[in-house]
Amino acid sequence: MNFEQLREKIGYHSVLLGVIGLATSAALALANHSTLDSIRAAEAQDLQNSLKQVLPDGLADNDLLKDATEFTRDDGSKVTVYRARLGGDPKGAVFKVAGRGYAGDVVALMGVDVTGRILGVRVIKHQETPGLGDKIEISKGRWITAFDGKSLAEPDTAHWGVKKDGGIFDQFAGATITPRAVVKAVKGGLDFYAAHKSEIFTKPALVAAKE
Amino acid sequence: MTTNYREIAANGLWDQNVVFAQVLGLCPTMAVTTSGTNGLGMGLATMAVLIASNIIISSVRMFVTPQVRIPVYIVLIATLVTIVDLVMNAFMHDLYKVLGMFIALIVVNCAVLGRAEAFAARNTVVASAADGLFMGLGFTLALVVIGLIRELVGTGTLFSQASLLLGPAFSFLEITVLPGYGGTLLMILPPGGFAVLGLLLAARQYMEHRIAQREEAASASPLATA
Repeated sequence: MNFEQLREKIGYHSVLLGVIGLATSAALALANHSTLDSIRAAEAQDLQNSLKQVLPDGLADNDLLKDATEFTRDDGSKVTVYRARLGGDPKGAVFKVAGRGYAGDVVALMGVDVTGRILGVRVIKHQETPGLGDKIEISKGRWITAFDGKSLAEPDTAHWGVKKDGGIFDQFAGATITPRAVVKAVKGGLDFYAAHKSEIFTKPALVAAKE
Repeated sequence: MTTNYREIAANGLWDQNVVFAQVLGLCPTMAVTTSGTNGLGMGLATMAVLIASNIIISSVRMFVTPQVRIPVYIVLIATLVTIVDLVMNAFMHDLYKVLGMFIALIVVNCAVLGRAEAFAARNTVVASAADGLFMGLGFTLALVVIGLIRELVGTGTLFSQASLLLGPAFSFLEITVLPGYGGTLLMILPPGGFAVLGLLLAARQYMEHRIAQREEAASASPLATA
């Protein structure tokens, strides 16, 4: 039986599909295996860079990625807190907050000092409208720096909102939902910090516990 | 069988242009052409996948039977895109952060499957690679043109953030044409993409029509041109 005849058999089709499936799975497994470490390293580097942006220079001398701990929020979601220490003394905490924006979640990284004052906020992930809502990115505008130095006491709770809602933070022309989501997420982050203040710096580190 | 590379090039760039003639791959076209830079990035990434998928599919074309060709092509293309995604994430991480969201969109670009079906399944590996290259170039060209028009009218700039994609050496491409321009939001939103594409398609039709008319006039009166 030659190849032409073999091609017409129904078994040939099944075997062909099987071989293709097997070969592509193998290729994917190989690609995944050989890129995994590089991707992890690149993502750790990304996180390190973001952490640097929300913490002033010289505030910490420890490796924040290794001094991380995990908390469970009231709604059951997990949050990883990176702790900044200088000579062993607690100096600040960095964690992710998220709010529901116009198109999906807006995820931000925020740094808070021991007294609960904001050191910095950076939006790290969002799908907001380009040209409108994306001004929350530091590369597109200075808006996000308005949070620097703010705390639960300043402004008071009534003023933790965008100007349209009687708060002190600017909204953008044509986009209120996005800044509102960020303000709410940051306020939520401060509440979280206040609620867990006593244990944030004493809880054992995740990575250290595993090692 | 001889391969006419001139025809392959002309097809990819103009006659059978993925966007302007075949009107394929509109999902990525509409989604990413909010700026010239985004269009360029998506175009180049798609071109890489097109070349690779054309090469692989034309090299296995003897074994693939017509009955199961579609699942085979789809699995091959999806695998290829996933590998490109992983490799870029690992070794070109900064570029990946700019292009990352576009890469997965390539799977749904029916232009890739379309070329596998229409060309790679019937031609030699080299010809298929050339077809992928020129189809990809034509796609890139279309995306850059649409992106630049939307960007110019929408935000008053050209190639903004090009240095993020191509490296600092290309920052000269970033031009603010209209300083202090408030921007036209509609052009950045999806309706702007449809409007620009529609106008470009109309312009192409008009040009083709004029060329056809001229040729007709020339052939109808051979004496006048002699």
